Amino acid sequence: MNGADAIIKCLEAEDVKYVFGYPGVAICPFYNSILESEIKTVLVRTEQSAAHMASGLARTTGKVGVCAVTSGPGATNLITGIATAFADSIPLVCITGQVNSSLLGSDVFQEADITGAVESFVKYSYLVKNVNDIPRIMKEAFHIASTGRRGPVLVDIPIDIQNATIKSFKYPDDISMRTYKPTVKGNAMQLKKLISALEKSKKPLICVGGGVALSNAQDELLSFVEKHNIPVVSTMMGIGTMATKHPLYFGMVGNNGRPYANKAMNECDTLIMVGARVADRAVNQPDFLTSNKVLIHMDVDPAEIGKNVGPTIPIVGDAKAIFEDLCKEEVTASFDEWLNELNEYKNTLVEKRNPNLSFVDPKVFITTLSEKMDDDGIYVADVGQNQIWSCAYHIVKKGNFLTSGGMGTMGYSIPAALGARLANPNRQVVAVCGDGSFQMSMCELATIRQEDADVKIIVFKNNYLGMVREYQHYTYKDNYSVVDLNDYPNLEKLATAYDISYYKVKSNEDCESMIDKMLSTKGSCICEVMIDPYDTVK
Amino acid sequence: MQKRVLQLLVDNTSGVLSRISGLFSRRGYNIESITAGVTADARFTRITIVTSGDDDILDQIEKQVAKLIDVRDVKVLEPSNSVYRELALVKVKTVASNRQPVISLAELFRANIIDVGPENLIIELTGDQDKINAFLNLLEGYEILELARTGIAGLGRGIENVTYL
Repeated sequence: MNGADAIIKCLEAEDVKYVFGYPGVAICPFYNSILESEIKTVLVRTEQSAAHMASGLARTTGKVGVCAVTSGPGATNLITGIATAFADSIPLVCITGQVNSSLLGSDVFQEADITGAVESFVKYSYLVKNVNDIPRIMKEAFHIASTGRRGPVLVDIPIDIQNATIKSFKYPDDISMRTYKPTVKGNAMQLKKLISALEKSKKPLICVGGGVALSNAQDELLSFVEKHNIPVVSTMMGIGTMATKHPLYFGMVGNNGRPYANKAMNECDTLIMVGARVADRAVNQPDFLTSNKVLIHMDVDPAEIGKNVGPTIPIVGDAKAIFEDLCKEEVTASFDEWLNELNEYKNTLVEKRNPNLSFVDPKVFITTLSEKMDDDGIYVADVGQNQIWSCAYHIVKKGNFLTSGGMGTMGYSIPAALGARLANPNRQVVAVCGDGSFQMSMCELATIRQEDADVKIIVFKNNYLGMVREYQHYTYKDNYSVVDLNDYPNLEKLATAYDISYYKVKSNEDCESMIDKMLSTKGSCICEVMIDPYDTVK
Repeated sequence: MQKRVLQLLVDNTSGVLSRISGLFSRRGYNIESITAGVTADARFTRITIVTSGDDDILDQIEKQVAKLIDVRDVKVLEPSNSVYRELALVKVKTVASNRQPVISLAELFRANIIDVGPENLIIELTGDQDKINAFLNLLEGYEILELARTGIAGLGRGIENVTYL
């Protein structure tokens, strides 16, 4: 058995179903060994997509996503995908081939110091120098990626190590890492403090971030808030933690959030932030959070607590374990009055949109689409105006809402949607992007076809990089610079080129029938939605 | 701005020093000095870092360092409860005529003359940073040709909280 066989055995032991990647000489031993395995491989069209596909799989299954690419440019192309996963704490194991270990450091063909290059975007990285270390390193890599605060781990394996004979293969049952022991259970004293703060509170609020879904704590959170009638808001990464129409859910906060959600944040007297970083998009004045309220900050990563704002009550631990414990506690308080107040805000603070009726209003399209989607449908939003509209108008029922929240990586939606679909072949998957972000990952249409996957791709077409155009509209008084996308490509012809269906939505009246048609037809499609080039999210 | 001395016990893996220094540079934290050396147990390295910032930043530095997978333990070495030492090697330009006053000064500081050349001396001095700074100040009238300082190494006093080698 050689090193490459050993890596595959490790992936099998971790129950990996898919490897997304792109071969090259330095990773060829790996791709040769994988032929003997049941693990399916997906040939992406550019390496960045491999990480996004693995991310789509990870976020919809709770498992670690795996990608494998070659050395040099293969590895460096992967970096944006890794950084995207890191910013959103998505568990990935990224395997990169590397040049012969005896040549390391001599700048040979396709050599790149990838462990050095990704240092600030990974939870940890390994450069394998001894074939017998492979089982331990792979075990640790999966363990690190999937525990504590999740994140990507990179394993760089020189080609000679992949080809070297391993003495004996045994996948370790346990981890013995001296230095890595994330806290899971919340400190009992701190939980007591939380309960007593709740009892003193008249206006409590929970703000959920991406951490709740990452620890699979949605049910525990729901039991807790339903038991005590506590209202919930979310960050962008927290969307989908609760159903949008749940009576206790009051929308996304932040500079692109719902006005009533922000009002709730401002007026609550006790705020529980869970698995959220208190980053600038959600909270642009962190000091304000502590000036008039008790702030309770829960996170599995102690370094997030106090980074942007100093909480009154810090709680380190995994959201699932914490809410399990909290559900056992009794709270004697009623928040009905506060809920009435919030519902009043929800009904009265409606943002005014002034849609141009010669185009499709994104609000109408997204609302109609999400109403018609399956309850457990997966909605992947890209980055740009489409993302802000998706956050505002998509109605999550029991499905997932995926987007690149932290890094804001354009081109995320199509590959992430494909990864999600392959991992969930029975669930409906929709990717929503703009004409800018679409073109960044357009090459993956070929992968979608090759995998015969059913991904509905919605393209909001306005011939502009809309988000930047909007910024230039407000900041530079319509002095547009490098935002005109022209009219190409012709999406209908493109759909023909890839043998997928094409739909065009030109007006609000078209939305319903076109969405019905699109969702009822089997197979992937491009649905081009003509929107006003001068529409804004604000 | 305050100074804080951190003592880290880390896994002795390749790249561990670059992981730590990389964390400081990308997050914009200050490193005033960093020293590293293997402990009595070859699996571990002990690193002493002198850093500075306001309280919030210093707390954040501690947490971010503790978060690194290779870092086994982070301690703050409080001045009142720790000892710090730094080594300095000073090459001073001297000729026969002005050699004696430099040697006297070195003796005063219990420094060692470890090399003598026709036109220079190399002085080895160990002490806390104040002592080394004071010595260098007194050398002002002479020409310092080269200076090498190690940055401080530190240990907490006493036998409490000693978990590792």
